[in-house]
Amino acid sequence: MLTEGLFTIAENTPLTPRVSRLRLLGDASAIDGPGQFVQIRIPGFSLRRPFSVGSKEQDSLTVCYQAVGTGTETLRGLPPGEQLDLLTGLGNCFDLSRAGQRPLLIGGGTGASPLLYLAKELISREIQAQVLLGFGTREDVFLLDEFQALGLSPIVTTADGSFGIPGLVTDAMVREHSFFYACGPLPMLRAVSRKSPVGGQMSLEARMGCGFGACMGCTIRTSRGPKRVCREGPVFDKEELLWED
Amino acid sequence: MGRLSVSLCGIELDNPVIAASGTFGYGAEFAELYDINCLGAFSLKGTTLEPRFGNPGPRIAETPAGMLNAVGLQNPGVRAVIAQELPRLSRFCHKKVIANVSGFSIEEYARVSQLLDSQDQVGWLEINISCPNVHGGGMSFGTDPQAAAAVTRAVRAVTKKPLILKLSPNVTDIVSIARACEDAGADAVSLINTLMGMRIDLRTRRPVLANTTGGLSGPAVFPVALRMVWQVSRAVQIPVVGLGGVQSAENVLEMLMAGATAVQVGAANLTDPFICPKIIAALPEVMDRYGIRSLSELTGGTF
Repeated sequence: MLTEGLFTIAENTPLTPRVSRLRLLGDASAIDGPGQFVQIRIPGFSLRRPFSVGSKEQDSLTVCYQAVGTGTETLRGLPPGEQLDLLTGLGNCFDLSRAGQRPLLIGGGTGASPLLYLAKELISREIQAQVLLGFGTREDVFLLDEFQALGLSPIVTTADGSFGIPGLVTDAMVREHSFFYACGPLPMLRAVSRKSPVGGQMSLEARMGCGFGACMGCTIRTSRGPKRVCREGPVFDKEELLWED
Repeated sequence: MGRLSVSLCGIELDNPVIAASGTFGYGAEFAELYDINCLGAFSLKGTTLEPRFGNPGPRIAETPAGMLNAVGLQNPGVRAVIAQELPRLSRFCHKKVIANVSGFSIEEYARVSQLLDSQDQVGWLEINISCPNVHGGGMSFGTDPQAAAAVTRAVRAVTKKPLILKLSPNVTDIVSIARACEDAGADAVSLINTLMGMRIDLRTRRPVLANTTGGLSGPAVFPVALRMVWQVSRAVQIPVVGLGGVQSAENVLEMLMAGATAVQVGAANLTDPFICPKIIAALPEVMDRYGIRSLSELTGGTF
């Protein structure tokens, strides 16, 4: 359920040259589960920016974000103590009931962030996920410690071979998994979707206007008709996605 | 009559704040957030005869103090609006709403209007002759006085409901379009729709929007909208609904002082989903500050 609230920056730390972790203090109770996102109003910008929730406690939430434009670059410069206006509780959640006993979590780049939240929730249901994370190069690798702290042993790939297994996540995909959950760039999602023999869910990114279904700015075609990434998504079933764009 | 109430084409509004078409869907998303009966009214998502997916993405771009959109009239088609959206709306909204009609031919405008004419909850028809994001329709009817008059006459012939013609700012002389609509039987005009604009992504060297161009809205356009509302309201006898970049109670009062009878809030709904109730709640105090006892004092403009 969408809720508007003020949050205070507790931490805004670079994890890699491109990715930062933003921890925000405030009422995070509107967030239902992994897969959902928040819309952050960045001072000086008209449109809010959407970010997947990376973890959530009752009175705080964390997002990991990549500086890709002037909005996120401005966000990276904001110090602890600064207040931010957020919409929380946006979008749908990964469906944990479909995980089976040995789900595979596949993250590309910052796509790893919501999967950490998902991995924690799965563990609370006594499901140990296999985790596969893909990055461009060694210095892009992040969240590895956090996954390991959960007792998980992520497989890491880097495109240039500077860390872990050389290549893309599809080069390291284990055959045996009960279901997959993926978040990352569209080409990665498409490749993962084609390679996995089982069902899966994927969290999509989109350029959004409102983030709550009013503006029709992020609509995609799916096998079940037009859907708004912000409202019916951002998590979609493998069978829904048409990969036409 | 309360101190906030105004009358639009014979229908009394509790307050002059109307959520603008294309920023409020068919009301359901906002009805989850607040009681939308607090609004003066709202204008439904632009509706065409057949379902439309709209334009490919990206459909949205950031701009200084505003945004561009090129949604391209995504809607489920008028039959689905009548069969599904209006019955659903009646469960959480007891007020009259404005149905926004879009089309690609004069016949389509007339047919969609005729179908909506039978709907009790539709208080007004807002005829969108100003969408900049579709080709071969929309704005092409709103940039020529004769075409605007032809649409107005065709729709006038099929409905008794008050007709509001929604005008484009992308013209040399908006007054001549407004006069043509008035002469052809319009009961009101609403203005402005979005201003055509574009952005380019420096990295890809390509337009940000898949449609290349889009419609600019948000606070950046407010002074332009206000100027056009002032020009048109001096030139026509029918009511003017002012919109374009309105985001505060102060902006509402400026629009009324410029000559608007009611005011629509558009892009602001997208960045603050609670903006309309906030504006309505703020109006009495802001009116007190400027010595306005009742909004009816301002009707028709103050200078």
